Amino acid sequence: MWTWFHRLGSPRWFYNISGRWLPWLSVAAAILIITGTVWALAFAPQDYQQGNSFRIIYIHVPSALLAQSCYMIMAVAGAIGLIWKMKLADMAAKSCASIGASFTLLALVTGAVWGKPTWGTWWVWDARLTSMLILFFLYLGIVALHSAISDRDQAAKATAVLALVGLVNIPIIKYSVEWWNTLHQPATFTLTEKPAMPAEMWVPLLIMVLGFYCFFTVVLIMRTRFEILVREWRTSWVKEILAKS
Amino acid sequence: MELSNNNTQFSLYGIFKTVLVRDLVVAFRHPSDLVNPLIFFMIVVTLFPLAVSPEKQFLAQAAPGVLWVAALLATLLSLDMLFQSDFQDGTLEQLLLSPQPLYIGILAKVMGHWLLSGLPLTLLSPLLAFMMFLPSEALPALMITLLLGTPVLSFIGAVGSALTVGLRKSGLLLSLLVLPLYIPVLIFSAGAVQAATIGLPIIGHVALLGAMLALALVLAPLAISAGLRISLGS
Repeated sequence: MWTWFHRLGSPRWFYNISGRWLPWLSVAAAILIITGTVWALAFAPQDYQQGNSFRIIYIHVPSALLAQSCYMIMAVAGAIGLIWKMKLADMAAKSCASIGASFTLLALVTGAVWGKPTWGTWWVWDARLTSMLILFFLYLGIVALHSAISDRDQAAKATAVLALVGLVNIPIIKYSVEWWNTLHQPATFTLTEKPAMPAEMWVPLLIMVLGFYCFFTVVLIMRTRFEILVREWRTSWVKEILAKS
Repeated sequence: MELSNNNTQFSLYGIFKTVLVRDLVVAFRHPSDLVNPLIFFMIVVTLFPLAVSPEKQFLAQAAPGVLWVAALLATLLSLDMLFQSDFQDGTLEQLLLSPQPLYIGILAKVMGHWLLSGLPLTLLSPLLAFMMFLPSEALPALMITLLLGTPVLSFIGAVGSALTVGLRKSGLLLSLLVLPLYIPVLIFSAGAVQAATIGLPIIGHVALLGAMLALALVLAPLAISAGLRISLGS
């Protein structure tokens, strides 16, 4: 039952099997994102309050979701790397950090673009925006720590510990920011309370979310494969692959 | 077994006391290291009236935030003395190699750091609070939040410090790692002082700070010892 888990310990096995998954996942990601985008931009009905500007939700929400789940994946991968000393988990955790930071930035930027027409300002110190910003800082800290330590294994372990500490802190930060917000200013914007969406609006959103997750998996696998090649370049099977291409 | 029970040197309390007393003695031989964070605290607080406005009304309103941000930065700067010199002279390695539980040793080190940074900051804060025209009814709130909040800052800072000890130019990196994690403490502490200035109850904030301290007390030493073992290359 656990053989698949033990096999994951072998970068070579993962490299081969992920090479077979990659085309399928890429096609799925492309189909889902294209369908979702066309449906969302052209066919989904306008919002009765926000008009067309609400359509950025189809990028904003998936990237915000991914920004958060990417942190979870990174912390879990880091824990696996710490506990079972699995090289593959270290590589995946390293790849997650920069991908997660990019998605967080994307969520922040699309949030700002959305905020301008609806709230009339690029940035508000709203609880959600602020906690996303802090999440972005956490990602940057992890990337910075990783690049500051020259020894690869030591860097992987140190960032794993930091990611786990951050994981404990994320709920605390989230709730403290929410309470801070309610303490300081009453809810000025009721955007967070979404009107119940009709199906024509949320089905494309669901498709976009699935598409983003597929896209994320593709990028994660590609980066991890690259990392495998870089680390294992001395082994004979990597040399074979490189000789072929 | 009997020997180790009788000999306080090897009991858990003995370890705690030995490490704590050693840290305090070492620190008092370099008094300037102790005073510098306090001077920094005062200077940062002084900058705000100069930069923004010396008006009494404004300062009274900004005081909780300014005092807390300054205390937080001063704690951050003092994190250097936690592990760095011990790392350089090899004491840290001895602590890790010793057969005693590392948890206790780390607890003592963080406690020592707090006694040398957080506690003096707390004691100094009334003076700066008067300079910032903080309403006197908010002074107890400021002292209580500093008393409960600065140990949490020491614990979280020690995690970052353990992960970066031995790296070159670790100072700036350390603040990048640690500052985002300081945010909840800042929110609740400054919020409590703010609430006290307008006569609202602060017990909720204080309870949350206490909860954070309890959590840090239990979990942070585990992360710190993991960090130290990684940094020293096990």
